[in-house]
Amino acid sequence: MVLADGFEPESLHPLLGYGTEGASKIFDGLVAHDAQRTLQPVLAAKLPERAPDALTWTVPLRAGVTFHDGSTFDADDVVATYRALLDPAYASSIRSDFTTIARVEKIDAQTVRFTTTRPDAAFLHRLTLGIVPAESVATPAPAADSPFGTAPVGTGPYRLGEWRKGRSMRLVANDGYFGGAPAVKEITVVFAVDDNTRAQRLSSGEFDGTVLPPALAATFQGSEYTVLDHPSADYRTITLPTAHPVTGDPAVRLALNFAVDRQGMIDALFAGKGAPASTPIPEVLTEYAEPAAQFRFDRAEAERILDAAGWLRGPDGTRARGGVPARFTLMYAATDSIRRDFAQAFTSDARAVGVDVALEGLGWEAIEPRMGADALVLGGGSPFDPDIVSYPLLHSSYAGDGFNNPASYVNPAVDAALDKAREAVDPAARVAAVKEWQRAYAAAPGFVFLAFLDHSYLVRDRWDGYQQAVDPHSHGTTWGPWWNVEDWTPRP
Amino acid sequence: MSRELGALVLRRLAFAVPVLVIVAIGVFLLAASSPFDPIYQYYGVDVFTATDADLAATRARLGLDDGVFQQLGRWLSGVLSGDLGSSRSFRQPVGEVIAERLPWTILLVTVGLLVALLLALVAGTVAAWRQGGMFDRVVTAIGHAMEGIPPFVLALVAIAVFALGLRWLPVAGLTDAGAPATVGQITRHLVLPALVLGVSQTPWLVLHVRGSLLGAFAEDHVAGARARGLSEPVVVLRHALPTALLPFVTLLGTRVPELVTGAVLVETVFSWPGIAEAVVTSALAVDFPMIAALAVLATAAVLLGSLLADVAVAVADPRVRADG
Repeated sequence: MVLADGFEPESLHPLLGYGTEGASKIFDGLVAHDAQRTLQPVLAAKLPERAPDALTWTVPLRAGVTFHDGSTFDADDVVATYRALLDPAYASSIRSDFTTIARVEKIDAQTVRFTTTRPDAAFLHRLTLGIVPAESVATPAPAADSPFGTAPVGTGPYRLGEWRKGRSMRLVANDGYFGGAPAVKEITVVFAVDDNTRAQRLSSGEFDGTVLPPALAATFQGSEYTVLDHPSADYRTITLPTAHPVTGDPAVRLALNFAVDRQGMIDALFAGKGAPASTPIPEVLTEYAEPAAQFRFDRAEAERILDAAGWLRGPDGTRARGGVPARFTLMYAATDSIRRDFAQAFTSDARAVGVDVALEGLGWEAIEPRMGADALVLGGGSPFDPDIVSYPLLHSSYAGDGFNNPASYVNPAVDAALDKAREAVDPAARVAAVKEWQRAYAAAPGFVFLAFLDHSYLVRDRWDGYQQAVDPHSHGTTWGPWWNVEDWTPRP
Repeated sequence: MSRELGALVLRRLAFAVPVLVIVAIGVFLLAASSPFDPIYQYYGVDVFTATDADLAATRARLGLDDGVFQQLGRWLSGVLSGDLGSSRSFRQPVGEVIAERLPWTILLVTVGLLVALLLALVAGTVAAWRQGGMFDRVVTAIGHAMEGIPPFVLALVAIAVFALGLRWLPVAGLTDAGAPATVGQITRHLVLPALVLGVSQTPWLVLHVRGSLLGAFAEDHVAGARARGLSEPVVVLRHALPTALLPFVTLLGTRVPELVTGAVLVETVFSWPGIAEAVVTSALAVDFPMIAALAVLATAAVLLGSLLADVAVAVADPRVRADG
């Protein structure tokens, strides 16, 4: 199978973010998500259970698993992987995602125990991190300096055959895989950054599949390739800085949420491939999405809210209150055409209700120091658990901390419900808490969520086993149709 | 003569060493004052979920907060002991990145240069010979027009015509997807990028050959040859062309930087796994060791280009004295 990808990983080291969300072909996590986003044990023998104290999780490990190099997988490898992750000496780039882990210990060769700093209902969803052999992280040096990033050894269904940097990567089936030898024996991923080049090479029949922007993918309708659109939890949102006199005003924030025509943007910019967003929880997460927290497109309502709050239109159509014009700056990553399109659409919708938005396309380095004062087009999202992305995005404890809650959104009601959801032991109580923070957020929003983007893929119709899944905010061909490629079978 | 040449080469090489050191240090200082933050490269998309405390810890661990002179000192002492350092953007030793990619760029650039040379000499000579004729007008017009066309446009058009329309050649890559790198495979894949690179470099050369040949036609020795009744081909090819070629050789040497720029664009469009692509990647990542190594490499290529051109001129023209 030959796939084309516009994104080449810089390193295959799990500690540097390779396959953190699972579906890495080379590594296995303790657990993984299936097509219904339900957790399944992988290197764990069964799903770990939480002790009555709600802080310790005991994980029984699968026996008889070997790494690609023939060494046996056991508790030492799990402990070494997580300790290296948490130790700043390894300079792991994903450490911040695991702040709730306090300790990890080996109980015996087939059991490990995690202790969390506080009850964390999403904890199991974080255990998708790939496990590496203990020997590979024996010396406390930055993970980037380790040769492991180009010569990885995992337990996964595929091992790295050859990686010609900048060109292609060959994955070879691991016939000793504990889940059974994959039927697709070899996967070659060819790296071609340019979308148009990839489309051209695809139409010359060179590849069995690739990922393309929706509009380009649609041109393959009726060809030998099937166009697959995956819904995602991948949102784009406008941050509204609390510190700014205009974007920090509750009336402006609420009015802007009514003023944007989300479906119109999706239809006009992305050929209808996407879903409107009002909160970070997409509707495909039916169990958690709160219908009462959705904003409708209602320009008249937006104008009414602004009028009532004293933002009155001046002669040039721009509103002002007490001498302060309703004007702010919106920044976007200049290299990202999707974010630019959203920024422009947002500007014109805001203009229609008398709010003047100035656009600035910048590099991330220039954006970062200004995030507290100027609005920004931000993206992200995880389909697996509502805590993973939403907590750092909305909780006041992350206000102004890196890119997590860049506009310093602070809402005590949302904080309380987020904490309640994180610490809930009973699933029903958790769902109730997740819906509660969505309602609390919608009553006093601090962002304008615009859309969840669909990801478009092209696949040659020659294999059975495809299962649609909801994609995370990730690049490339590890997710998408090929998330479970180890279970695919060639058609006779 | 050969002793003089040897002295020239030695002098130039001795001069090249301080130039290369200055370039390396200059690039280091420039990169240090650039607004790019290498921590973004290290983290990739993970930066969006990282906390300030973790970013600070990683920064300290990687030595990114150290002063630029401290980083420079670390690098220089490494280089002196034969270690070019480790590239952050490729997460590989710098030497390895260069060793993997440089041969492909040299192959592409060499073939591209030969194409440009051949096209320029033939078209330039014919155009000057029949000055004002149909061929001359077409070549001059195309030459001027092509000066304004960036190589990537040419590349996309070439792909559309030869790879997708006529299906004669593969679209991009070094080999077919998954195929081993055999001579046949690489040759087939080399044709389009080398042609595009060559053709994109041709306009300057063709117009130059034409111009200096026209100049040579007006010189006394050509008039003399014509007066002696020598045949037109002999006059043009044996008398006018050799004198016209001398400045052309020098020009070729100075075109090396342009060739490098062209290679960056062509390599990107054709997914050609060469060193030029690495230039962009490492520059955006403020990857100190990689940028410095590449800058030194590019400077060395330019110095070598002009040295070779000067040696060639000195060898070809006995009137030129190789005194520096």
